[in-house]
Amino acid sequence: MDPHERMRFERATLPHLNAAHNLARWLTRDDHAAEDVVQEAYYRAARYFNSFRGDEGRVWLLSVVRRVAFDWLAKQRAQSAAVFNEEFHDRGDESSNPEFRAIQKCDQESVRQAVEELSPPLREVIVLRELEGLSYQEIAKVIEVPIGTVMSRLSRGRQQLQQRLASPPEGAGTT
Amino acid sequence: MNCRDFQQLLQPYSDGELDLVRQLEMEEHLAGCLDCEEQERNLRSMRTGLAAAMPYYPAPDSLRAKLQLAPPPSPTVTRRRWRPSGQQLSIAAGIMLVVGAAATIGMLVPRSGTGADDRFAERVVAGHVRSLQAEHLMDVPSSDRHTVKPWFRGKIDFSPQVPDLAQQGYPLTGGRLDYLTDRPVAALVYHRRLHAINVFTWPAADKTATPARASDRQGFHLRHWQRFGMTYWTVSDLNDQELDEFVRLFQEQTAE
Ligand SMILES: [Zn+2]
Repeated sequence: MDPHERMRFERATLPHLNAAHNLARWLTRDDHAAEDVVQEAYYRAARYFNSFRGDEGRVWLLSVVRRVAFDWLAKQRAQSAAVFNEEFHDRGDESSNPEFRAIQKCDQESVRQAVEELSPPLREVIVLRELEGLSYQEIAKVIEVPIGTVMSRLSRGRQQLQQRLASPPEGAGTT
Repeated sequence: MNCRDFQQLLQPYSDGELDLVRQLEMEEHLAGCLDCEEQERNLRSMRTGLAAAMPYYPAPDSLRAKLQLAPPPSPTVTRRRWRPSGQQLSIAAGIMLVVGAAATIGMLVPRSGTGADDRFAERVVAGHVRSLQAEHLMDVPSSDRHTVKPWFRGKIDFSPQVPDLAQQGYPLTGGRLDYLTDRPVAALVYHRRLHAINVFTWPAADKTATPARASDRQGFHLRHWQRFGMTYWTVSDLNDQELDEFVRLFQEQTAE
């Protein structure tokens, strides 16, 4: 990479370092892994930078980050032989409308835990939407799925979050 | 459309992704339907709660340093086109295919055009929320505009106006670089009591002056105006009256 190209690369990607790290940290749920993922992502991004055209540096970088993060997760899964498919395959057949009840718990710890308990595909759309403010179309580009899938994942993510954060339905309380 | 249909659209509505016609229909329906209105309120309060309580993990300085100092990786011959135009097609095809949401999709706002301001409002709020995560609020913490203003020099290709409003009860507390889209913008941070006020500013596309327009999003109040070739977005959880006063004072002290 010549100095000029390198400058162009840094200009396109360094501004989005926080977003990259934030996504990596949410997906890996681990400080060290998040740093490794971002470093690897920057390395890959630099290698493929000659294929980068246009000005959507953030979307482009985030798509590399999440690919690296999912590779990392897959490796973790392989080691722990957990239910991989269930978490990673999007069924998208939930047609029922989530019903939104008033939420009860919105302290940092409950919220962090609730989001971390989402499966990675649901977690990433929540992070991209609620923390990065990306549009459906931008999210679709980052995670490389149709917009309809983005919507169904967001919907399921929010449904699950609200199940964890909302007041329990009548009679289900433990007190 | 019945309540079920409307509830199916609640999330795209809340995300600002409905086209104008559907959005108006939704607003009209919400005004007259207690049931859907409650759902909408609950969804909104959950999103506000999330935005306020979800931790944001900015890159640690050590990582930043590592990346900046790393020797430039050499480019490879592998040509891998990111985002071939086929992807666009598959997004379009996906739109046609979605089963349950099929009705919904056609109602999504086209990304350019009237939704642009909405899009920015979204970004502005996200930027504000991010900035409230302590480490990220200020790159240059200072109440002195003669420190804050020059700090931007060399970091951005314009020089933001930094009015001093301490006398009026809105002390400047610092500034930082922020990225609402892919262009760096100046973010000025003011305070009113314990409320942070973020002012994002960058050169506007044209010289048109527009009065401050108010909007609300995720429980935050926004003001957006254009003046002397600069665009301004202000966001805070401060009450509407004081925010209006802040904007008025700010405008009075920004000249050409
Ligand atoms: Zn209704």
